[in-house]
Amino acid sequence: MKNKYLERIFNGIIKENPTFVIMLGMCPTLATTTSATNGFGMGVATTAVLIFSNLVISALRNIIPDKVRIPGYIVVIATLVTIVELVMQAYVPALYQTLGIYIPLIVVNCIILGRAEAYAAKHTPLLSACDGIGMGIGFTCALTIIGFCRELVGAGTILGHMVIPEDFHVGIFVMAPGAFFVLSVLTALQNKFKAPSATNVKKKKGEPAGCDGNCQNCMLHAEEAADKALENMKQDKEVAR
Amino acid sequence: MSTFTQLLLIAVGSALVNNVVLSQFLGICPFLGVSKKVETAAGMGVAVIFVIILASMVTNIIYTAILVPLKIEFSQTIVFILVIAALVQFVEMFLKKNMVGLYRALGVYLPLITTNCAVLGVALTNVQSSYNFIESVVNGFGVSAGFTIAIILMAGVREKIMYNDVPKSFQGSPIVLVTAGLMAIAFCGFSGLI
Repeated sequence: MKNKYLERIFNGIIKENPTFVIMLGMCPTLATTTSATNGFGMGVATTAVLIFSNLVISALRNIIPDKVRIPGYIVVIATLVTIVELVMQAYVPALYQTLGIYIPLIVVNCIILGRAEAYAAKHTPLLSACDGIGMGIGFTCALTIIGFCRELVGAGTILGHMVIPEDFHVGIFVMAPGAFFVLSVLTALQNKFKAPSATNVKKKKGEPAGCDGNCQNCMLHAEEAADKALENMKQDKEVAR
Repeated sequence: MSTFTQLLLIAVGSALVNNVVLSQFLGICPFLGVSKKVETAAGMGVAVIFVIILASMVTNIIYTAILVPLKIEFSQTIVFILVIAALVQFVEMFLKKNMVGLYRALGVYLPLITTNCAVLGVALTNVQSSYNFIESVVNGFGVSAGFTIAIILMAGVREKIMYNDVPKSFQGSPIVLVTAGLMAIAFCGFSGLI
């Protein structure tokens, strides 16, 4: 039998890759991938938070009352993020400057709350930590790959070394629009090869609305709810007439 | 420079030049998720304006009145996220009880906004750029107006995309991301504005 701890780690890297398969945490994915180094730095920071938040939340899972679990998780995550922020400020100030506001924003990264809710709240601390390692490595790989593509096409460099002459740079890829294009093409490739992802696997109907660790589904539910509410309002107006 | 011009510059800068979605990448989730119809997108936009302005007021007061005197500025992330979450809950309860019409229009969007990174992002930028109370509110208004502009434009484009013949592998979110990229290029044009 395969080792279940190793299985968790590989699950996060390949089968349930947070960026390409579940499409979580899009903000840092788009914002911090101007180069492979930046993407890697952001990935490592997120991984650190993810491992420890999974560990702590899983250890506290029987203590935190069910009704206030989300605020409880948020406090744990925010504390860990603050620690990571201070550590980075002290030891890697250059990276801290480049990533700037996106480090404190790890708090609202859906991967972390999503994993806490979907995995850590139901499993033992050690397994949860392994899940955190796997998800974190998966996220780091994805960010590094996207950052690598953007850096290569946009600035013609690989890890800061010039490989493409200046005349052939497509500057827009290191700017904001490039992030959208690269992610779009990667998602399209995934659709093309029919790899399962949040965008092409339909969920069964009647599943509870709410964030089961999946932004896209969460938003779809919200949109349906909003549509219904708008229709109800229109009907109410007609009745009032 | 007079105070008024300065405030105008902050508002235009955060709404158009550094658009929160298209150049800062904050609030991508609702931008991609709730932009299928102009009507729903507008509702989301209004709710975001409402929450962000309130949040920038409250976080500014808390930062200057509590965190700075006690010298615990390092805990701003924890404090802000909790304050924002509590604030959204409170607003929801208040609207439900006292302003039923407004609650019906905005209620469904409110829980979504709690974990929207744009709200926390605004609170943190206000502190980073050391804005005072009025500047924070103006910045909050600018950012949320920029979000509303972007999401409504996106919904308008997506309503038209429905009738287009999109290649199979680009259907769904890839084509939306391409659209967002093109919009981001258009918004780059504003960069010479200030």
